[in-house]
Parts: sequence; structure tokens; C-alpha cells
Amino acid sequence: MSATSVTEPTGRVKWIAGIVVVGYALVTLIPMVWIMLTGFKTPSDAISYPPKLVFQPTVEGYVNLFTTRTRMTPEQIEGLGPAENFAQEIVRERGMVIVGASRFGERFLNSIIIGFGSTFLSILLGTLAAYGFSRFKVPLTDDLMFFILSTRMMPPIAVAIPIFLMYRTLGLSDTHLGMILLYTAVNISLAVWLLKGFIDEIPREYEEAALIDGYTRFQAFWKVVLPQAATGIASTAIFCLIFAWNEYAFAVLLTSGNAQTAPPFIPTIIGVGGLDWPAVAAGATIFLLPVLVFTVVLRKHLLRGITFGAVRK
Amino acid sequence: MTDKASVPERMVRATPPGVARTVRGLSDRALAWLFIGPTILLLLAINIFPLLWTIYLSFTNYRANRFNRDVEWVGLRNYERVLTDDDIWQAMQATAHFVVWTIVLQVLIGFTLAWLINAKFRGSNFWTTIIVLPMMLSPAVVGNFWTFLYQPQIGLFNAVVGFLTGTDPASFEMIGDVDLAPWAIVIVDTWMWTPFVMLICLAGLRSIPAYVYEAAEIDRASAWRQFWTITVPMVLPFLMLAVLFRGIENFKMFDLVVQLTGGGPGSVTELASINLKREAFEKWRTGYSSAFAIVLFVTVFGLASIYVKALNKVKER
Repeated sequence: MSATSVTEPTGRVKWIAGIVVVGYALVTLIPMVWIMLTGFKTPSDAISYPPKLVFQPTVEGYVNLFTTRTRMTPEQIEGLGPAENFAQEIVRERGMVIVGASRFGERFLNSIIIGFGSTFLSILLGTLAAYGFSRFKVPLTDDLMFFILSTRMMPPIAVAIPIFLMYRTLGLSDTHLGMILLYTAVNISLAVWLLKGFIDEIPREYEEAALIDGYTRFQAFWKVVLPQAATGIASTAIFCLIFAWNEYAFAVLLTSGNAQTAPPFIPTIIGVGGLDWPAVAAGATIFLLPVLVFTVVLRKHLLRGITFGAVRK
Repeated sequence: MTDKASVPERMVRATPPGVARTVRGLSDRALAWLFIGPTILLLLAINIFPLLWTIYLSFTNYRANRFNRDVEWVGLRNYERVLTDDDIWQAMQATAHFVVWTIVLQVLIGFTLAWLINAKFRGSNFWTTIIVLPMMLSPAVVGNFWTFLYQPQIGLFNAVVGFLTGTDPASFEMIGDVDLAPWAIVIVDTWMWTPFVMLICLAGLRSIPAYVYEAAEIDRASAWRQFWTITVPMVLPFLMLAVLFRGIENFKMFDLVVQLTGGGPGSVTELASINLKREAFEKWRTGYSSAFAIVLFVTVFGLASIYVKALNKVKER
């Protein structure tokens, strides 16, 4: 027997494990890489048979994503004079001219407004509630916590029926406020459960010392607990943001124009003769990239976030 | 906990609650409600009130696209219809197929990956992060894009399968074929959510203390025996938790599949939520679909409660 620990895998085992895992990771990356590559193809390259791995990259997909265009005859285009910028040039090569911005920008902005708005509200309410549950003797704490969690078991479509009727009556349909409130209600269960876990880990002694020093309860919460919970609050916020960012069911049922977010919009980008795949791919890439970055940032708290704090490393 | 209480904690405990109350102005109970109240109010307004409304609607013949018609109380008729509707049973079967197979595949692949990652080869943390990426993406956008990968001629999926098996990539349609479509949605969900099961299993594997294996080694237990008597039982509670989460999520599945197949071809991939959406927001049978929604909720809630009881038993062992 070697001198190393008996439970340490041997070098050969590590090698095999490494090769299998890396192989899986590479395969799993293919669809995502393919989305990003397709965004830089021309429409004909995107739908070529067999699929093209090597191609001349272009930003046509991105130009199409952000603009609306109209077809013109070569003579008409000739009469317009030289193209003002690279985008105009790309579009004119296809016999079209840019006539304005597409609605992707608005939809993306809606995603940002609704995502950040609901995240802010979820964290605000969630932190207060989590602190309350963690530090006070609330009657029926376990029941209330379970009640908060059980709101997640409803299929979103089932919730959407009465919400649709309620919002129609209140005039909240297709408004940013309506969507922010709705996403907050969905996210608050996650926020309360995660934040309670984080606040439970902060020793009570800190606050008690502060209370003896003459702080009020609220001051102790604000000046002692909050700074201690900052990392937990930040990672909870990112989870709420990702949920609101990715949400589709409520968005597609309750919004149509004014407050529609990007997920219901991206699959509807139509080009000449069907879906404009490079533009769809460009939209998907822009939309998914922030989430990829956040996932890497969050990796240490990922497990905790996705299990509502049930599994902590 | 109590014997280690700090000086301030003991002082706080020694202070009679009455004194504390008058000093602080607000009782602790009132303060507690000040902290918790807003959350409970929001949930009552946007979760409980709508739920009660759904229950009420489920006993009526209300249709949300007709404002002026009188709403009639129809008793249990909607429930009777839901439970005897062939379409709904078909949707439930499609859902069951989807839930069972995604869980089976994700558990097998997820556990294997976690077990391999736990060998702690160089760079394992980096590759774990890479593997985790798909599960954080927007399911609707992912579903939409997979329709592109699944295109019979131009799609990458078909090209790769054609290349590996020698079949003609144009000869099969993953989302247009009645036999293949149910598997098409299983494949995408497995691609997306295997990392979830993997992460939870990994936490389970890392929670097993090294001395347990060392003791087994001293007892000359074979690697095979160690795997089945130590690794599996100790990871089981974690694995069951992962299955609970995936089960609930996939029972409710909507966004990914609606973008991928739209429930088709025909209705072979029309999962419960997709069927519900069709009844509620295309046929506008509000009362009927409310009854279906309640049936779904009760099913998820009931199954989850039974499962949690089993999970707690496993944990106690």
C-alpha cells in the first residue's frame, strides 16, 4: 500500500474521470456555442445543408435584430446616395434599407426594468420577512414558511387565470407595475427561504450587543445584520433577477406590447420567408450572456440558490 | 447553544420582557409583524386571493371572453368533466412520460458526473462551472433555439446523429414525428437540468466524511461493496431532494416545451400546463380550466407531501 490516504483516488482513476467529465462538458457546450455562432452567419449560411462550421462572419443578424427594413429596387437605393454607416451598407447589399429601430430594444429594456424592479422589491420585503422569522418568536413560523414555499407549487398557468382577470379589472394588464408585483410575489418565496438561511448564520450576539449599547431593534437590523448579510443578499438578488429575466409563461399571457419582455419576443423575430435565424440567435446571445456571467459569479452559492437553501455546502 | 450563551445574551434574558417592551416602545410581537407583514400581505393579494378566486370560478360556467353573460353556479360539473375528459388524461400521460424519463436520465447521468467530479481531478471546479451553465438559461429561449437544432436537414442535432449513426439527417424529424417528439423534449430537458441533479449529488458526496471509507478499507470491504453500502445510502437523501425539485418543476413544465413543440405533433407533447393554457386562454373555458388548475395543484401538492414524508424517513435512517 502506498503512503497516501486510502480514500484518495489513484492517478489513473482521476485521468479517466477527468476525460469523461471534460467530454460531457464539451458536448453540453455545443448548443450554446452554436447559438452564438449562428448569430454571426448570413441567413443562407445559417440554413445551409450540411450545417456550416466554417463561414464568413457577419453582423447582419445583429443589424436585423435591432432594425426594421424595407425592400427597395436597385434604382431607388441608387438614388439614396452613399450608405451612412456599416449597418446601412450590409442591409443595402440585400436590396433593402433601414427604416427604423426594431422593437427588440424596447423589449430588452422592459426585461431590465421588470427584472430589476421585482428583484429590488423581493429583496426589500424578503430581507425584512427573513429577519422577522429568524429573530422573533413568530407564532406558527414553520407553517408560515411552508405556506410561503407552497405558493411555488402552483403551475404558473393556473395562477395566470385569476391574475389575468384581476389585472384586467385593476388595469394592471400589460403594465410594468403589474409584472413587477407578479414577479415579486413569485420570487418572494425564494428570497425569504434563502435569506432566512443566511441570517440564521449570523450570530445573534452581535445584535444583542448593539441593543445593549442603546440601538433600537431597527437600528440593530440596519447597522449590524444587513452588512453581515450582504453577500447572502447579493446572491439572493442575482437569483431573483435571473428568474424574472428568464420568465416566459406570465409574460406571454399577461403582456402584449407595452410591458412585454424579451423571452416571448425573441422567438417571433420574422425575416424574409420564415424565422430570421441569425437575428433570433443574435437576440438569444445578447439575452443569455448576462445570465452566463452571473452564473460564473454565483458559482459558490449556486447550489443553495437552486434548492431554496435546503442544501448548503 | 444555551450553555454557550454570551454575556449580552444572558443579560437580555435576565431583563423582564415587560421592561424591554416599555423601553423599546413597540412589543417584539408587533415588531415581528412589521417585518413579516408586507410579505404576507403581498402573498395574500397575489397568491391566496387568486387561488380562492380560482376555486370559486371552478364551480361556475364563467368565460373570461364574455363580459356580460350571467355567471351560473354549476356545482361539481366542471370537475366531473375534467376527470372524464380524454384529452386531459392524454395530457396527464404525456406529462407522466416526460416527468419519469427526465428524472431517470437526469439521476443516472447527474449522479455519474458528480461521482466522477468527486475524484477531484485537476480543473474539476472549472469544468463543473461549464457543465452548470445550461440550467440558468431562459427555458423559452432555449426551447426556441432547439427547434433550430432539431431541423431535419439544416439542424445540427440531426447532422451529428446522422454522422454518428450513418443515417440520413433528413430522414427523421425530432419534433415533427409522433414517436420522436416525446423524446425530443426529454432530451432538451435532460441537457438543461442534469447539472442540477449533479450539483446536489456532489454536495451529498462531499458530505460523506473520509473516515467512513477509511474504516471500510480497514475492514477490507471491496470498492463495489463500499459504493453500495456507503456512497449510495449517504447520497440518497440528497438525490431524493433533487428528484422532488425536478418532479415539481417538470410537472408544471410549460415554457420550454411550448416553444419547442407547441404540444405537437397533434397533441403527443401536450403536457398538462400546455393543455391548461389552451383551455383557459384559447378556448376561454375559464370555469372548466379553473377546475383543471385546482386538480393539478392538488395533485402536485398531494404527491409532494407524500414524497416529503418518505424523504424524512430516509433522512432519519
